[in-house]
Amino acid sequence: MSRGWRGLILGGSLALIFVLAAILSLVWTPYAVDGVDIANKLLTPNAQHWFGTDHYGRDILSMIMVGARTSIAVAVLAVGIGMLAGIPLGLAAAAWQGGWADEIIMRGNDLVFAFPSLVIAILITAVFGPGAVNAIIAIGIFNIPVFARLTRGAALSLWSRDFILSARVAGKSGLRISVEHILPNLASLMIVQGTIQFSLGILAEAGLSYVGLGAQPPIPSWGKMLADAQTMVAIAPHLALIPGAAIILTVLGLNLMGDGLRDLMDPRLRVQRT
Amino acid sequence: MIAYVLRRLVSLIISLIVASLVIFVVVEIVPGDPAAYMLGMNAQPDTLAALRAELGLDGSKVARYFGWVAGMVQGDFGTSYTYRTPVSGMIADRVWVSLPLALYALILSTLIAFPAGIYAASRRGRAGDMGVMAATQLGVAIPNFWFAMVLVLIFAINLGWFSAGGFPGWDKGLWSGLKALTLPAVALALPQAAILARVMRSSLLDMLGEDFIRTARAKGLSAGQALWRHALRNALIPVLTIIGLQFSFLLAGGIIIEQVFYLPGLGRLVFQSITQRDLIVVESVVMLLVFAVIVVNFAVDLAYAVVDPRLRVRV
Repeated sequence: MSRGWRGLILGGSLALIFVLAAILSLVWTPYAVDGVDIANKLLTPNAQHWFGTDHYGRDILSMIMVGARTSIAVAVLAVGIGMLAGIPLGLAAAAWQGGWADEIIMRGNDLVFAFPSLVIAILITAVFGPGAVNAIIAIGIFNIPVFARLTRGAALSLWSRDFILSARVAGKSGLRISVEHILPNLASLMIVQGTIQFSLGILAEAGLSYVGLGAQPPIPSWGKMLADAQTMVAIAPHLALIPGAAIILTVLGLNLMGDGLRDLMDPRLRVQRT
Repeated sequence: MIAYVLRRLVSLIISLIVASLVIFVVVEIVPGDPAAYMLGMNAQPDTLAALRAELGLDGSKVARYFGWVAGMVQGDFGTSYTYRTPVSGMIADRVWVSLPLALYALILSTLIAFPAGIYAASRRGRAGDMGVMAATQLGVAIPNFWFAMVLVLIFAINLGWFSAGGFPGWDKGLWSGLKALTLPAVALALPQAAILARVMRSSLLDMLGEDFIRTARAKGLSAGQALWRHALRNALIPVLTIIGLQFSFLLAGGIIIEQVFYLPGLGRLVFQSITQRDLIVVESVVMLLVFAVIVVNFAVDLAYAVVDPRLRVRV
């Protein structure tokens, strides 16, 4: 089995576990996530509560499942924002080089380099208040130039190819060529970068909700669980270790999957992962 | 070289102006009047007007923008809405925690990543390389604030080598200050070191495939000698870029790590200010962070030109 398949299968299954847990949590969790049960607080993992309970006696497995939903939803929507705004901008910049879209992307790039996603999130939450929606917007804004830059670069190299030249000779407009010929050729690149941004989004969401800028209680999120665990880490380390493991395994799975996909689709693809 | 520096300087100033405009506009969207918020429900109109004048809230938006920028250039960031003290003083106290932390982490990250990346490249495809690569895969997947909590659990709570948080202040001595920043810096540095090690490795491998390395080998240098004498210097350019970018992640990432260790840095200041809706402080800290990032990237660009004279001709 090639390296690509190994990464894809291993990483994909890891990520799939959490996606399935998130979907399952829509209809069923072992216990209710708002079920306060002080008599059973801070239990270590056991037969009834596989991952133990927290300081309110809530079942940690159930919270991890619902937390997966929050993390995945935020990261997926943020990738969606990045793609929906970034790809058309990148296509336009490549089709009309030196035009306004090109100018916006180049200047926007410089600007967003100066604003790490956390700083964008601080600005947005300072103005509009914390919450999952604002976390999505902050991470999404950060994703836009990533996709715009990548699309522009890949599309530019396609524009010099013979099949595009023949389409131009046939009289197709820049818009039609971009949609009919450039876009389909970028699909694999976008899927790979999408996977990487997805994993970065999970990390960013965890960080934001840890400092209280992400999903607000009572919605469980992995970052919030870690923030709650912090004061109790000496007496109940499992409160910190389990949500941490969930984040690491999801991100690791997505990264392995992204690397595997890249190796399979085109070994020459260079994906940016800063 | 001078023309290159001037061109970069112009683009630095443009970036700063655009960034300050973005920050100002975003903060100005916020509904409500800080003066009314400070004085509460029963404020008299004349007190309100006096306070607005004191805070510089009267006047048009354009005038306020220029007032804000002109103030910052002179080191005057305005007056905190909550504490009624100069923002510049509040920031100055905290910078001496956040900046050393970011630098400390940057040094650690480089010290870990360089040997790891060079070792992996020299052992390409062998067990040592696979081990380093697996470790970096894990390193990029670990959230730094979670790693920080694990460090506290092991080194502060169980072993008792470090305190679990807080900062004694630099006046208690350099050593105790550095000691308090050690666990936070390690937590910040580890994920960045993983990224840097990967860049170092792939950049070195790219160089090892070049003709000049083959020439060096042909004239009798061993693989190791060719790597140290010829490949390393050339491989440093992409590595330098990433180090420059990492500084901004370390400064911003430090904001979260400060929360884990209860460090009185810019992060604590900014989160307090968000909850107290002290927007002028948020505005100033964000501008300062962005300023630091832009200036560091400028410095990195200049550093390239020194390392690689070919780059001076490009914009």
